[in-house]
Amino acid sequence: MELNDIIKEENRVYKRPALLTDETMHYCPGCSHGVVHKLVAEVVEELGLQEKTIGIAPVGCAVFAYRYIDIDWIEAAHGRAPAVATAVKRLSPDKMVFTYQGDGDLAAIGTCETIHAANRGENIVIIFINNGIYGMTGGQMAPTTLEGMVTSTTPYGRRVDLNGHPLNITPLLALLPGTCYVTRQAVHTPAATRKAKAALRKAFAAAMEGRGTSVIEVVSTCNSGWKMSPAKSNEWMEQNMFPAYPLGDLKNELTPNVEK
Amino acid sequence: MAKVFGAVIIDTDRCKGCDLCVVACPVDVLALQGKDVNDRGYHFAYTARPEACIGCANCATVCPDGCIEVYRAIEK
Repeated sequence: MELNDIIKEENRVYKRPALLTDETMHYCPGCSHGVVHKLVAEVVEELGLQEKTIGIAPVGCAVFAYRYIDIDWIEAAHGRAPAVATAVKRLSPDKMVFTYQGDGDLAAIGTCETIHAANRGENIVIIFINNGIYGMTGGQMAPTTLEGMVTSTTPYGRRVDLNGHPLNITPLLALLPGTCYVTRQAVHTPAATRKAKAALRKAFAAAMEGRGTSVIEVVSTCNSGWKMSPAKSNEWMEQNMFPAYPLGDLKNELTPNVEK
Repeated sequence: MAKVFGAVIIDTDRCKGCDLCVVACPVDVLALQGKDVNDRGYHFAYTARPEACIGCANCATVCPDGCIEVYRAIEK
């Protein structure tokens, strides 16, 4: 079969989602943010929610997300995205509201807002990108940084006696009665990416049905911050991040009979 | 037996040469340019063995910049 016979409109199995703008993303090569943006764009497009979706982007690398996904966005102060999302969702209950937060934002600066929004059971989706580092500001230690992990502020590795234990916040959110769906995903392989997309779709649908707060943690890489190549940082993530942050559903009240 | 033919089109201007598609490809179709760079100085991905492609879309799924389009045709 010739190339011209294969490359036809009816044979197309994958194309760039229409909701992604033509702007080139400012993320470093191989950054997980790009994949998650793409998944969000695909899911919003497939659910037909383009005119109804409002994203809340607080401070972090993803602060420029409004440039890349063609939906409505609101910028929030650092860590305050769930508070802003609460207001937006309560004022416009017919909208699909999600926050897009990093680990420094959700687990350090915005811990209070996150926990209380989840505890109130606001009908929002919290997308939590956990790369164990403050990526935007130069790779400083975040609460989620692993024990012994080298960052620019812990050049000899994180010490528990000095810096405390890594904060595993997603299981805490799963304990709260307000959350309906809490899951931990990754986007390092094609299979994991497809699973993460399915999780996003479930969460977005649950938010529209008013089932409660959904939290999707995406264990991610920050290859610039970790000072590794993108492929190497995926391997490092599998070996080091996954034992501390194992993938899978932590809470799923959407389909009660599905194994947890 | 029906044979599957695939093809990928890479937006080389958008590609940042992160190598993730090369790692994700199960049939080693893709490779990064050794010498050539795009306008922004990245060694972009290209189809080194286009005839081996099965159109599984793994490369496009993991591409952070969404620069890969995949086609698949089945010859009966």
